[in-house]
Amino acid sequence: MLIRSGAGFTPPSSADFDFKPIFGSTIFTTKPVFLCFLSVILIATFFILSARKAAIVPSRLQFAGESIYGFVRETLGHEVIGHEFMRFVPFLFSLFTFVLTNNLFGIIPFLQFPTMSRIGFPISITLCTYVCYHWVAIRKHGFLKYMKDICFMPGIPKPVYLILTPVEFATYFVTRPLTLAMRLFANMFAGHLLLLIFTLGGEYLLKSGAILKVLSIFSFSFAVGLSFFEFGIQCLQAYIFTLLTALYIAGALADEH
Amino acid sequence: MTGTLAIVGFGLSTIGPGTATGLIFAAYINGVARQPEARSILQPIAFLGFALAEALALFGLVLAFVLK
Repeated sequence: MLIRSGAGFTPPSSADFDFKPIFGSTIFTTKPVFLCFLSVILIATFFILSARKAAIVPSRLQFAGESIYGFVRETLGHEVIGHEFMRFVPFLFSLFTFVLTNNLFGIIPFLQFPTMSRIGFPISITLCTYVCYHWVAIRKHGFLKYMKDICFMPGIPKPVYLILTPVEFATYFVTRPLTLAMRLFANMFAGHLLLLIFTLGGEYLLKSGAILKVLSIFSFSFAVGLSFFEFGIQCLQAYIFTLLTALYIAGALADEH
Repeated sequence: MTGTLAIVGFGLSTIGPGTATGLIFAAYINGVARQPEARSILQPIAFLGFALAEALALFGLVLAFVLK
């Protein structure tokens, strides 16, 4: 009666991240896809509204929009990329706001699903970053010189190249995109899973015997506390993704290699 | 007692990222303690390092779920 043998409670697993299509029978009409479209509509509406009737003394909405843009442009663009940063500000800004909005859907009531916890979404934006930093480097240095700089960094004693070349090559072509996508995906997946465990667990405790009903209070309050923690993690992950993109672009533009 | 070896493996693997996070923030606290004006300079570096270290811990968690 106090402690059942676990019968009746199915812990959340990765099956909770699969959704059935809302209409039709393809995978392109599931909830994450609609959340993705919603995020684009929200971002566009917010920034169009904040930039209309731009005044010298900004209104609150204009100030909010300008703060976000200024943050991405200065802290993530100018300071990291340096000289030619303006070319990349639209890309970095879109990345930052897109990842942030989609992450925040994880704690917004009624939506409550971070779209970046489906691996396809981080893969798509990582592909954009991957193409971007290779393209920028090849445009600036030429393909052969770029390959030579990756595989045979100057200023290193010759025997070290045996170890360094495969590691550097793997870093530029495999490790960077892999970790970039997986970092975002894993953070959102783990966060959503934690929230599911405490919420569903609290609900299960609520349906059980008398003593366990009281314990469900702790489960629900933990879920609330974790939501605030998740908010911090979501903002941090959006910042990290954009920062790393800017760092990779800065590395591609760097002259000393 | 039943369970999965994957979760045990993940639990063991969090030694690394846990230590790394402690080291990173110990360095950040030391830096700010020696020179409080450096706080805003060191903070983005500390968070970048933390996110990179935490990424490995989360790879372990995700793979523990995926490769049950």
